[in-house]
Order: sequence, then structure tokens, then C-alpha cells
Amino acid sequence: MSETKKYKKVAYYPGCALEGTAHAYNRSTKALGKELGLELDEVDNWNCCGAMEVKNIDPKIQTYLSSRVMSIAANDMGHDVVMAPCNGCYHNLKKAEYDLSHDEKSKQVVEKLSTKAGHETYKAGQVETIHALDWIKDAIGEEGLKERVKKSLSGMKIANYYGCMYTRPRHIFPEKDQGPGSESTTKPHFMDDLLEAAGAENVDFALKTACCGGAHTLSDSDTSTKLVLNIIEAAEASGAEVIATECPTCHSGLEMHQIRAEKVLGRKTNVKIVYFTQLLGLAMGLSPRKVGIQENISDSIGLLKEKGLT
Amino acid sequence: MPIHEKNLIRPENISTHDNLVMDGIDVSGDWSTFIKTRVVADYNEDLQDEIAALPGGEYIHRCWQCGSCTNSCTINAINPDFNPRYWIYLIRMGFESELVRDKDLIWQCVSCNKCTSACPRDVVPEAVMKATAHWLERKGYTRKSSSTVFDEVFSEQVIERGKIEDGEVVMNFFNRTGQKLTQPWLIEMVKRMIKNLPVQMLTMMGLATIFKPKTRNWGPARDAINDYIEEQEALLDEKLGPSVPYKAPEPAPTQIPAE
Repeated sequence: MSETKKYKKVAYYPGCALEGTAHAYNRSTKALGKELGLELDEVDNWNCCGAMEVKNIDPKIQTYLSSRVMSIAANDMGHDVVMAPCNGCYHNLKKAEYDLSHDEKSKQVVEKLSTKAGHETYKAGQVETIHALDWIKDAIGEEGLKERVKKSLSGMKIANYYGCMYTRPRHIFPEKDQGPGSESTTKPHFMDDLLEAAGAENVDFALKTACCGGAHTLSDSDTSTKLVLNIIEAAEASGAEVIATECPTCHSGLEMHQIRAEKVLGRKTNVKIVYFTQLLGLAMGLSPRKVGIQENISDSIGLLKEKGLT
Repeated sequence: MPIHEKNLIRPENISTHDNLVMDGIDVSGDWSTFIKTRVVADYNEDLQDEIAALPGGEYIHRCWQCGSCTNSCTINAINPDFNPRYWIYLIRMGFESELVRDKDLIWQCVSCNKCTSACPRDVVPEAVMKATAHWLERKGYTRKSSSTVFDEVFSEQVIERGKIEDGEVVMNFFNRTGQKLTQPWLIEMVKRMIKNLPVQMLTMMGLATIFKPKTRNWGPARDAINDYIEEQEALLDEKLGPSVPYKAPEPAPTQIPAE
């Protein structure tokens, strides 16, 4: 990243999940931003990006939904950066950006729908969409984090789990795989970098970008349970006590199918599922309540006590 | 990971004879196993065009069968019969009846996009899988998959209000697919969820089920999206003919044993 510290003030797009099942991610992201002196300006009257479902009705409706969010941020609020902590939102905004600059038909549909809906049409290039990882990495950075650590995560063994939508398909992330300093689509490391700066011990985890079956978490539960169990058991085998997440679908998928594996397949696992923003918040000295630890289904309170983080 | 290919020799086409003499030679038993000739007589020459007409299937013609999709596939790793490369081959060749054999498998694609990332020809196999699953439903070969039901439940809410409320999505999905909410693992999950939950969070979640989250002044966007869907449906009907409803096969008549 050539320009640094440009993400001090960004438009914030939480998305539906962060107001529902992933409220802990929303709470911890906001608390972390506040603690680090970063300004989050929530996109006014936003709508759902389409998640993983609307594209199966028609991909161009999804492109329109995502473009509306970016249009509000750019045209109504004057932002040039939108930060989305949810992998699904982040992915869809990136995908819309790609389609609007490469596919004439998508552009026409978005223009038609925007005009009918009565708002300005989003034009490719108006905003840059970033993930919460890019946000902390750029606005604070590893050195900045190290200076601010109040309760080190030292002694905590973490498997960093990035999921699918943060890295694939790679053509919608033109800024990734650009050499030193940039994020990798095959071996992502931004979360590893940040948590290491906060003192954590990252384990060698091979399934960073494996799929948890999130798209079919309820519609094909048996498959999802198999995929999740594979991820969790691999994390435990590499010595992890915690799986750090950055996606509400992955996070709730891991929590839900960890229980389902226990109840349906009789395979009990102990690794705790925690959002990376919660871990960073704790390291910055925020209380577990402030970062929403109690709101997680996976109960990590005992482990955090043991590590002196409460 | 190796590409596991489908065995083209099917069990039902293998025949052995316990008692067979041909030209005075006894050919009974396994050593002279016969394989029935496979004849494909029902090519659908329009199959590729039909898939390409559905959203997501547009780029299927680009495929040159390298197998990167199957090789990288998440579902193939747990079920070798899940084979995107093979299905793309069948579609491009027009082998409709062969494709239909896997009608209850294709919808299981989890959209992890490993194939789309790996594909050197930008076929977007993930979207081709969705288009194919929709084609099978449209032609009446199979009932709506639970994945399609979920997509519909979810999208209806987004289009109606601009946002979703996940509790309502889950309830509607379980209702429409006839599943019980009292499965032991679900009860256990709710128990663990509320164990440490602060009271204010519980109240907030309760309120969300009454005051549904919605985008203000969403009406014009909703109308625009619904109009667009209607237009697209009409175009598809024109290209592919109207949807054929799925008819479950008649159960085999029960044999009454002769007295």
C-alpha cells in the first residue's frame, strides 16, 4: 500500500448480519475504532447487499443492491472509501465494482434500476471498498498496534480463518497479490499480522481460506457440518485454542456446526470462535462486555480469564 | 488432489449369467461378464444455449475441459460424484439424459468460488452450477432444492423491505421446507446463545422480530426490482418455454402376493 493512513475516516457499511446474528462483530468493530481514534461514518439508510442469495435469483439485482450502498456513500455523503467488516458485503461491493467497470450489461441494468428507484447511479471508481482488516492495517498498522497494546494476547494460540469471500474469485480484488505489503489471495496474512502485533501466537493453519459451507448452512446442514468439522479439527490439530474470524457467516457457521457436530455426529471440539476485532479490542484493554464476548455462542470467557484478558 | 472421474460402466449395465452355454461353450459366471452397449440417441442440441440463457450460464462455451474446477472443488473433495467439469462436458455435448442423472447433486455447490478463481477461461463454473440447478428445476426434472427455497425466502425479504431480519429468514425457511425447530442441536445452540447474553441484547433481538429492520423510502427500488424480475422472466419464458412443474414419480404399485 503506497498511500498510508488514508483510512482514518471512512464510510461504514455494517450490513444486515451485523445488526442481527453478528451484533458482537458490529459492537467490537465500533468499540475498536473508537479506542483507536478512527472515525466510522455509517452509510445513511443502507440496504442489504444481496448476501449469497440474491445473485441466485439474478446476479444483476445483487449488483444493483450493492451499487446503491456505494452511491449513497459517494454521492450523498461525499466519501471515497467504504469499509465493510462482513466478508459477504465486502465481496459483493467489490464484485459490483468489477462488473460495473467490465460489463456493459450490468452497467445498463444498474443505471435503469437506479433511475427508477430515484437515486443517483453509482459509477465505477467513485469509492474504494475495503475490509475491516485493510482498515486497521492501514490506519493503525502493526507498529501502531504494538504501541497501544494494554493487555497482550501473548500465550494465546490462534488459527486465523479468512473464509471464501475475502479472497475469491481473485479477479475482483485487483489490489491483492501485488507483492510485498499487499494481501495474498492464496495465503492471506493481514489478520495474522494484526493479531501477532497484539501479541498472539499464530499457529500454522492450512485451512485459512477453506469453505465452511456457509451458503448452505441451513439448506444442506450435513455438508456444512462436515466442512466446519474439518476446519475446526485442523485448527485443533495445529494447536489452536481460538479460531479468529472476520466474517459473520463463517463465524455463526463455525459456532452452529460445532454444536451440530457434537449433537449429531458425537464429535466434540473445544476450540473457541472469536471475531478478530474482539481479540484486538481486548488487547487494547477493552472489557469483554465492550467487545461483545457474551454475545458469542462459543463461550470463550473461561479461556480469556485464564489468559488474563478479562 | 487427483480428479476422480465417474465410472462410465454402470452396475445396471453389467450382466453375468449363472447358466449360459454358447456354441457348446459354457460361459457362466464372472469370467465372461457382459457390458450392455451404451447408446445415446436423445441429444439435445440446444442444451448449451438453454443453460447459457439462464443468469450465470453465459460463459459455458469458453470451457476447454482442463478440469481445474473439479480439481479445486470443495464439494468434490467430500463427494467424488460432484464433478463440475463433467457436467459442463455433458451440457456442451448435449447429453441431457446423462446430466439429469445427477439432478439431485448439482444444487449442492456451496459457492466457495474456488473453481471460478482457478478457471483459466473465465467460465465462472460456480455460476454455471447455479444456472444448471435452475435449469433442472425449470424443466420439471426435480423439485425446488432447499437451497433455492432459502434463496427465495431471503430475496423476498430483501426486495420487500431492503433489509433482512435473520430470525424471520430462518423461521420462514424451516416452515417452507417442513422442518421442525425442535431439533436437539438447535435447542442446544439457543441454550448456549442465551447463557451469557446480557438482558438488553435479548430485548433488542425480541424487538427486531416485531419492528422489522427496513430501508426507508424503499418503495421505488422495490418496484424497479420487481419490474426487472418480471421482464427477465418473460424473456426466459420466450427462450426456454414456461417452467414445467415437478411431478413426483408415481410410487410403484404394491404387489399383492398370489394366494
